[in-house]
Amino acid sequence: MKIETEAGRTIARARTKGNGVVRELIRNRTLLLMFLPVATLLFLFNYLPLAGLVIAFKNFQFTEGIFGSDWASPILNNFDYLLSSETAYRAVRNTILLNALFIAVGLVFEVGLALMLNEIRNKYFKRVTQSLTFLPFFISWIVVGVFAYNLMNFESGAVNRIIQSLGFDPIDFYSEAGLWPFILTLALRWKVTGYGTIIYLAALTSVDNSYYEAASIDGASRWQQMRYISIPLLKPTIMILTLLAVGRIMNADFGMFYAMIGDAALLFPTTDVIDTFVYRSLRKSGDIGMASAAGFVQSIVAFVLVLGSNYIARKADRDSAIF
Amino acid sequence: MPLKKYTFGQACIVAMISLFSLACLFPFIMVISGSLSTENDIVTHGYSLIPRHVTFDSYRILILGSNRIVDAYVISAIVTAVGTVLSLIVTSMGAYAMARRSFRYRNVLSIYAIITILFNGGLVPWYIICVRYLELKDTMWAMILPPLANAFNMFLIRNFMMSMPEDLHESAKMDGAGEFRIYAQLIIPLSTPVLATIGLFVSLGYWNDWFLGLMFVDKQELQPLQLLLRTLISNVEFLRSSSNSMDIQRIAMQLPSESIKMALTVVTIGPIIFLYPFLQRYFVKGLMVGAVKG
Repeated sequence: MKIETEAGRTIARARTKGNGVVRELIRNRTLLLMFLPVATLLFLFNYLPLAGLVIAFKNFQFTEGIFGSDWASPILNNFDYLLSSETAYRAVRNTILLNALFIAVGLVFEVGLALMLNEIRNKYFKRVTQSLTFLPFFISWIVVGVFAYNLMNFESGAVNRIIQSLGFDPIDFYSEAGLWPFILTLALRWKVTGYGTIIYLAALTSVDNSYYEAASIDGASRWQQMRYISIPLLKPTIMILTLLAVGRIMNADFGMFYAMIGDAALLFPTTDVIDTFVYRSLRKSGDIGMASAAGFVQSIVAFVLVLGSNYIARKADRDSAIF
Repeated sequence: MPLKKYTFGQACIVAMISLFSLACLFPFIMVISGSLSTENDIVTHGYSLIPRHVTFDSYRILILGSNRIVDAYVISAIVTAVGTVLSLIVTSMGAYAMARRSFRYRNVLSIYAIITILFNGGLVPWYIICVRYLELKDTMWAMILPPLANAFNMFLIRNFMMSMPEDLHESAKMDGAGEFRIYAQLIIPLSTPVLATIGLFVSLGYWNDWFLGLMFVDKQELQPLQLLLRTLISNVEFLRSSSNSMDIQRIAMQLPSESIKMALTVVTIGPIIFLYPFLQRYFVKGLMVGAVKG
């Protein structure tokens, strides 16, 4: 059967060969037509903004549009402006440092939880706890912001109640910038650990049980099995996911920052990131020149990082790279 | 005996997982309890896990007192429903075109789609295109169209379709069916597992979205639920933090604002919590599909 269709296909291909691109396209016009909606949408929302990157080199006027606006003079004017901004420097620094913190802590939590869940033999317990840890992934950052507010607000927050009952002074979290890298890390872990664990857990459950059996016959303890079998087998997955996360280190999760911090300027010294900076420049202060220059730098660096990390990922393990 | 050490380690692991699971559940319970508490209890005792006096007042005020909440709910529901359906249609059609082996240039289509995953023009040009050229400002389409075509989802569907045997097409062709007919009557029904999982992810994205509303919707009556929640919270925060005047702070205190906020939160996450037990395993399955290389 298989061979027959294979042969049939080869013949069909040979027959159409040399009929030209146009002929091939006409023959598949239904398929092209079916691709048209997605092609149009991607063009409008992905390709046009790409072309729109030139805004960074323009003196953008809303009425003139992207291509009608004059070039900035000097051409790098927007970038000069950006480079002289303390806030922009702070945003870049915060983006990289916070993301590095998120990646490191995330790795520990996700791999840790996956390894622990893998040790659980009680199916019911495993299923219930996995459902519970996965639950926060389903709610929006806005709601997480409400939860955080519930815990940390000055008057009625649960954390402050506990602090007070222990005899200490309550903390006004929303004016303590220094605490927020940790609060954000915790919030992010709370929200996505269950989700992030799934891929590691999938990798672990696909491990051939005979490895563990052989090891336990040789007298390896559970701990040793984890250390010498589970973790080494997870290593490729860990490497790839970490590399890809590093590739996105210039991009912050706008939702998280905006929902948790909002317009609380007191917290900006440690929490303002490129995404929130660009958003504010664009929507609040109307500073399109600055916003577009910052966005341009972010896009270019992000692009290089994605390509670079993917290149390394592919070197490490051919199948794991995205492309 | 190593058995003893092993059970101690096991116990530690069970304890740690339990603790983390409870921590994941805890805020939900607190919000539900807060929404059922009286304002007085919250102000004097703070949030607690079990309400001291159960009252449904905040829900009553929420539903009766404000059209905006009901409006926002309707908006979010429409955006989610329309967005999910359109997104599934558009991406599955695109995926089908990319999956058809008889089409010699299908890889050109794939490259066209992959580029959108890799390159990104960033927020500013995207915003300007949407507002200046597509005139999406203050329309419901602003919350539906931008995330409609998702190249990544399209590749997941394509991979699923490509795992179907080619003979399927050939026999249908033999019976005289055109490409569109094969897609609609043969491939789509066979693709329900992948379409269901992606549909769930897409609808979750639409339901939880507020970024598009924040960017494009200034009209109050068009605000989605999540954004309304955000507005409500930041307004109370604003009152609380922006003035030293005791008067304003006292007014902010007297409104049953805390329990209303909690009630709105419950309403916002309601559909998810309600459906979660049924949907969760689909999500996990879908994630596994996604993990096995797109």
